[in-house]
Amino acid sequence: MGNAAEKKLPRIEINARLCKGCSICVDFCPTNVLEMRGTTAAVKDLAACTRCQLCDLRCPDFAIQVFD
Amino acid sequence: MSSPTGGVVKKEKVSVPFDYNKYLRPNKLPHIWCPGCGHGIVLKAMLRAIHNAGLNKDNVCVISGIGCSSRTPGYVDFNTLHTLHGRALSFATGVKFANPKLKVIVVTGDGDALAIGGNHFIHTCRRNIDLTVLVFTNATYGMTGGQYSPTTPIGSQATTSRYGNIEPPFDACEMAKASGASFVARGTAYHTLELEKTIQEALEHKGTSVVDIIDACPTYFGRMNKFKGASQMMEEIEKDKTVSVKQVDKLPPEKVQGKMLRGVLHKVDRPEYCEQYETLVMEKAKAK
Amino acid sequence: MADKKKKFMQGNEACVEGALYAGCMFYAGYPITPSTEIAEGMSVRLPKIGGKFIQMEDEIGGIAAALGGSLTGLKSLTATSGPGFSLKQECIGYACLAEIPLVIVNVMRGGPSTGYPTGPSQADIMQAKWGTHGDHPAISITPAYVQEILTETVRAFNLAEKYRTPVVVLYDEIVGHMREPIVIPEKGELEVIDRVKPDCKPEDYFPYDDKYEIPPLAPFGKGYRFHVTGLNHKKDGFPTNDSKIIEENNLRIMRKVENHKDDIWKNDEFMLGDAEVAVFSIGSTARSARFAVKQAREAGIKAGLLRPLTIWPFPDKAVTELSKKVKAIIVPEMNLGQMALEVQRVSKKAEVAGIHRVDGEPINPAQIFEQIKRFK
Repeated sequence: MGNAAEKKLPRIEINARLCKGCSICVDFCPTNVLEMRGTTAAVKDLAACTRCQLCDLRCPDFAIQVFD
Repeated sequence: MSSPTGGVVKKEKVSVPFDYNKYLRPNKLPHIWCPGCGHGIVLKAMLRAIHNAGLNKDNVCVISGIGCSSRTPGYVDFNTLHTLHGRALSFATGVKFANPKLKVIVVTGDGDALAIGGNHFIHTCRRNIDLTVLVFTNATYGMTGGQYSPTTPIGSQATTSRYGNIEPPFDACEMAKASGASFVARGTAYHTLELEKTIQEALEHKGTSVVDIIDACPTYFGRMNKFKGASQMMEEIEKDKTVSVKQVDKLPPEKVQGKMLRGVLHKVDRPEYCEQYETLVMEKAKAK
Repeated sequence: MADKKKKFMQGNEACVEGALYAGCMFYAGYPITPSTEIAEGMSVRLPKIGGKFIQMEDEIGGIAAALGGSLTGLKSLTATSGPGFSLKQECIGYACLAEIPLVIVNVMRGGPSTGYPTGPSQADIMQAKWGTHGDHPAISITPAYVQEILTETVRAFNLAEKYRTPVVVLYDEIVGHMREPIVIPEKGELEVIDRVKPDCKPEDYFPYDDKYEIPPLAPFGKGYRFHVTGLNHKKDGFPTNDSKIIEENNLRIMRKVENHKDDIWKNDEFMLGDAEVAVFSIGSTARSARFAVKQAREAGIKAGLLRPLTIWPFPDKAVTELSKKVKAIIVPEMNLGQMALEVQRVSKKAEVAGIHRVDGEPINPAQIFEQIKRFK
């Protein structure tokens, strides 16, 4: 039960309408979860996400949020 | 704290993102700020701080002047007032003094607050009227296209300092403290959680509280001064050129030199203007 | 008992009485000669009745704080004189576009620049109309007697609140510092108008709703959470670049005054009925004119006086009508021809002759009488 909960992946929502492609979330992600695809941020490695929320906290555009 | 499955979840690991929509006006996003502009980061910290301080939206009034940062009121679901260049603090003084029950937050830029509105800044601090003043310091006039501002470092490029800026920059915190503000702090967009706490403390302080917030203008200051983008500016200006006031004593002098202090730099109890008016002026006037 | 209400006071003090009668509860300003007695009076009186007085760090701060006070729902006042009036102009434009009620008193002194701070003038007539940039509505009130400063200040507040716009009270230093016996009116004796507040649900509220000619104004802090900006805006108060909406709103704020000129105009006529020569004058100059008209009548000249108590919007109708009946309209004014220009603009037949003085001395009855004699 406990192990199953730990393995549950987070859900990262990126709002393409709001993302202006500044890449702050990509550059400051401590575990390289994100990458730029064209002018929008995208998830590259969801399993690496620690739910630290830094991408959300430093996103100037209300464009990315991490859900449990 | 119990999880829905009954298992024990560690407090710090609870991962629920902040619901900004509760404090944003519907359909106003995307905001006008450029890609990488720090103002959005600061705005989010401000909204979390307002939430954490438990303020009622009907009692919050957000007032700004003119400039990029001054567009903030248009996005937030409070009583909002977008005024004239430099005059936000005067309008705010009027609103607060007329209705002291309102929690008045002034959002202003470094040019708005320290250049065209410099006189109002000094005297607002001197009165110690209960306003929270958030100065978005990005060292440029972004709205007009990147001219040098009162916080542009010496030697920097701007569209009006093509040969390098020769004017020494203001330290908004030193000026606020010298002018009498009873709460003075500095934060950065990079240190966003620390900023959230600092703004909350400012909101909870009685009297004029000034928070100087260093954030990046990648479009003008960044490009003209050879930064590759917002992240590099956040790293090299906001992170590397500041040091927390809590750590400063533990660090060797060479690690502190030339850096700006972050955190609460000055906090004193001093009579607040509206209270003084009510307890001293009104009572004496009524007795006479 | 009646005598109790009779008081001897100067014009600026009467202005304080008028503001308080109208229900003014907020004053913000900056000291400037020759208007300072208004600030001094408000600083003594307002705290006694729970009102707020603040002396700001400069003229701009004074009007800006007064506008902030007005947005919380309090009737607000600021007072100044020429140079300070210049500094307040940007905020006056803001009040016009954001539709914030406010009364601004300008006790006119000699200019330009620092000029003659203790001397009178009537040289801010055009500044009251054209001082701020952009096209905008303008209402200016011109009392001439100490009693009238009281009643006209009440009227200025009424117009500001009714039309949701700034109103300027203009009088020269002579009337501002003149002392006369006046009667303080009883409560209820003069009409007092309060701004219309919304009665709809907050989610249905539009601060610039174009279904109204003058939209209701909610005070900050009562649950409406609306937006105010100096940018061109939509009916919800948020900025717009839509040229159609911008034009419509700019025209609507003009219509607030244009469509109600008959309500805003106020003229005092003296011996005009059969007049062949008319004098058009305001403030202390109109008092000299009245004396000169009497002298002329005694000398057998059919003279009369048209004294506007509203100078903006300009009393076009009254002057045009007058110009069809008289040979000449004489316009004595303590400036180099600001009102005369307007009188010329709307006159149909009559000759327009100005009498102008910018030496800080009043225009005396003899000067006006001499001019009247020319047209007998």
